[in-house]
Amino acid sequence: MFSGLGGFLSDGHNWWFLLFAIGAIGGAIYMINFTKVVHMVLSVAFTFISLAGLYVLLEAEFVGFVQILIYAGAISILMIFGIMMTNHRGEEASKKRPVYHVLLTIGSLGLFFILFYAIQNTSFPPGTFEAGEDNTLEIGKLLYSQHVIAFEIMSVLLTVAFIGAIVIAKREED
Amino acid sequence: MNGVVTPYLTLAAILFCIGLYGALSKKSGVIVLLSIELMLNAVNLNLIAFAKLGAQPALTGHIFSLFTITVAAAEAAVGVAILIALYRNRGTGDVEDMNSMKH
Repeated sequence: MFSGLGGFLSDGHNWWFLLFAIGAIGGAIYMINFTKVVHMVLSVAFTFISLAGLYVLLEAEFVGFVQILIYAGAISILMIFGIMMTNHRGEEASKKRPVYHVLLTIGSLGLFFILFYAIQNTSFPPGTFEAGEDNTLEIGKLLYSQHVIAFEIMSVLLTVAFIGAIVIAKREED
Repeated sequence: MNGVVTPYLTLAAILFCIGLYGALSKKSGVIVLLSIELMLNAVNLNLIAFAKLGAQPALTGHIFSLFTITVAAAEAAVGVAILIALYRNRGTGDVEDMNSMKH
């Protein structure tokens, strides 16, 4: 099983993958285990940055930097604003439903092992990636030629969602 | 590992299951929203991995993941707005107290 480990570790690409994967999983695990809510948000931001590194490793530079801008920047700050405005006391109370948590743990682990079994037993034929020269240019061309209707509908969706968020969150007595 | 998509899929499965556990076990509403974002991120990682290492690699995976990121941002904004409105009216941020439509 470990016969290919020497060749595995001699490739720099694999070291970067290991670093970012450990960062992503570690941030997610610490998000589960921390008790203060702000610490949870910061560890999830670490996971988002590690995922952006993985995207850059997969030659998706534009999506990687969009990930840093949107997730590590906007969504983390939005969640911290939500925490500040809803005044959390900061600690999770003791678990009152042990049966529910045991069943939840079994369900999550079961789903993971089903997915792991399916991934390991499927052969994915490798392809060749040729459009890696100028990602942003190619994505822009595709967005304005093939996917232009979806792109415009997405802008309408963003406008409607943010106006709706403002209407929901504003005070009603004013 | 160059040219093999399996490690990325396994990492995405681990992140998805951690996000599922967090979304169903945490009490704070903001953390439930964050766990949902984690699950969406795992799906994005699958899309990007198949866009480079799949059987028919193309930039469509990148575009689809950009659309997913946009919808996730809209969902997070509306979710935080609902939590703030709920805190103003009910005085709580816990998802276990949000049960007035349950009974």
